[in-house]
Amino acid sequence: MTQLTQQILSGVATGAVYASLALALVMIYQATESVNFAQGEMAMFSTYIAWTLVQAGLPFWAAFLLTVLISFIGGVLIERVIVRPVHDAPVLTHVIVFIGLLVILNAVAGWIYTYTVKEFPSPFPSKPLFGGAITGHDLGVICVTLAMLMLLFAFFRFTPLGLAMRAAAQNPESAKLAGIRVGWMLAMGWGLAAAVGAVAGVMVAPVLFLDPNMMSGVLLYAFAGALLGGISSPGGAVLGGLIVGVLENLVGTYLIASELKLSTALAFIILVLVIKPSGLFGRVAIKRV
Amino acid sequence: MSAPGTIVSALPAQRIAGLDADFWRRVLIALAVMIAVLLPWAVSDYRVFQFTQAAIYAVALLGLNILTGYNGQISLGHGAFFAIGGYAAAILMHKLGVPYYLTIVPAGLAAFAVGVLFGLPALRLEGLYLALVTLSMAVATPQFLKYFDHWTGGSQGILLRKPAAPLWLPIGRDRWLYYQVLIVLLIAFWAGSNLLKSRTGRALVAIRDHPISAAAMGINLPLYKTCAFGVSALFTGIAGAMAAIVTGFVAPDSFNVFLSISFIVGSVVGGIATVSGAIFGGIFIQFIPNIANQISDAAPWAIYGMFLLGFMYVMPKGVAGFIKERAIRYRQARESADADEAR
Repeated sequence: MTQLTQQILSGVATGAVYASLALALVMIYQATESVNFAQGEMAMFSTYIAWTLVQAGLPFWAAFLLTVLISFIGGVLIERVIVRPVHDAPVLTHVIVFIGLLVILNAVAGWIYTYTVKEFPSPFPSKPLFGGAITGHDLGVICVTLAMLMLLFAFFRFTPLGLAMRAAAQNPESAKLAGIRVGWMLAMGWGLAAAVGAVAGVMVAPVLFLDPNMMSGVLLYAFAGALLGGISSPGGAVLGGLIVGVLENLVGTYLIASELKLSTALAFIILVLVIKPSGLFGRVAIKRV
Repeated sequence: MSAPGTIVSALPAQRIAGLDADFWRRVLIALAVMIAVLLPWAVSDYRVFQFTQAAIYAVALLGLNILTGYNGQISLGHGAFFAIGGYAAAILMHKLGVPYYLTIVPAGLAAFAVGVLFGLPALRLEGLYLALVTLSMAVATPQFLKYFDHWTGGSQGILLRKPAAPLWLPIGRDRWLYYQVLIVLLIAFWAGSNLLKSRTGRALVAIRDHPISAAAMGINLPLYKTCAFGVSALFTGIAGAMAAIVTGFVAPDSFNVFLSISFIVGSVVGGIATVSGAIFGGIFIQFIPNIANQISDAAPWAIYGMFLLGFMYVMPKGVAGFIKERAIRYRQARESADADEAR
């Protein structure tokens, strides 16, 4: 029984990271109707920035906040410079541009920081808490993610800027007529997504260690989580990410050798999608003929 | 290499220099085939091997193009069908001693069967959801190949003997393989473009553009969509079998996610929903990484990524789409000039 609780709680902690990245994917999807395959590599790059800052002697939380800020600016720049020129191109063109971005970020990180695996410090105590039910790091990750989610919710729900961003994503034409600068709102959305990804990267790095390819698996799980919850619903994406995290952990512990862990977790998700094609909480898209 | 051919075909009943456009199309295809036949004698053995690979990728991309370009079902996991074709051929040769040239058709059929089976659940999924499912397929492929190691040889893979040219033929092994692949490529492109021009091809496009109207016109959606999956897998599986024969080696890690991503990249960069685009795409995914490597040793993939972005900015519809657009513009300019003269 204790083992089960342990596994579920540590699944929730990894799930929180997937949920953050899934949320970042949903934010960009809602604004642009395409999935940013480079989201994971953007988070990886942010994590390297955090590592550099910590190495330079900054205290962890100062480095953390600075990284989030830099990632935000980086996200805005990426939207302005790389994504904007293909704004009206077909969806598959977007996919290829995102793959290009993924490859570039990965290669540049490997070039600057080399491909050797680096250790990343955890700001939380590593000793087990509550009679061994959860490690300090896992609890810290869950708390930080929760705080971030609440901040984001408050931002989108209660501030004028958040409202403007939602309007720009939902109905660009009307938003434009109401005087909202839709282009900048999209760029801000990218910035926020990059910042959220940065938090996910820094939170997962102490567990996965730091290397340019660390996020590929995480991104796939986040993608799965976003779709499982329904890509049109931010709350669903968060819940989907958590479910995927727990599922992955339980499958790996109880069902099958870890070499097929990824495949099995994905097979479960596919099964759910075949039964419920627009995800657990997504709206069913109704097409007008 | 038959590229410019299809462009002219987009301009029906057009007469150029007093001759039928269809005639010019055939001339261009013949020219392209002639270049392809003479090519091995102009370049080194190693380059011949690279062009063989590019031709194999072109066949695989044609398969992906049928599914994603013409039928609108996105697949980020065609590396899996490539792997099935490759392993089917390797197992037939290695375990059952079948001669290499007899493995291509069964390998294609094996991929076809898996493709149809996979197409059934895919019927319920669209767009991103299908993208996720096919991407998972790509991720799972190496794991599965390692898991069933009794047949697949585990992570070591299967080593095959590369077929040599018959003694009476005075050409080296690389050129011999190139010509055989070229023959398969010509058959595949002939069959593929005929299929797409036929009633079936028009049905596939109709399903992509407007599924509800297509159903209303009496097209059996589930049948056509699963068949599109199957046929697409057939082409890609045949390409996989040829790749196994030409490299003489199959191993799980050569069928990773990156291969599947390369396929979709090649397909879009070459020109999605065009037959000739598959050739440009094959050349792209074979040669651009090498060129990137020559430009920068330190970060070749960054250069590759920039090539991708550059191609997409300049030619959002791919190489074939770009040429097609240019040709149409040129024709319009000519027509308005002629009209001015007549006035």
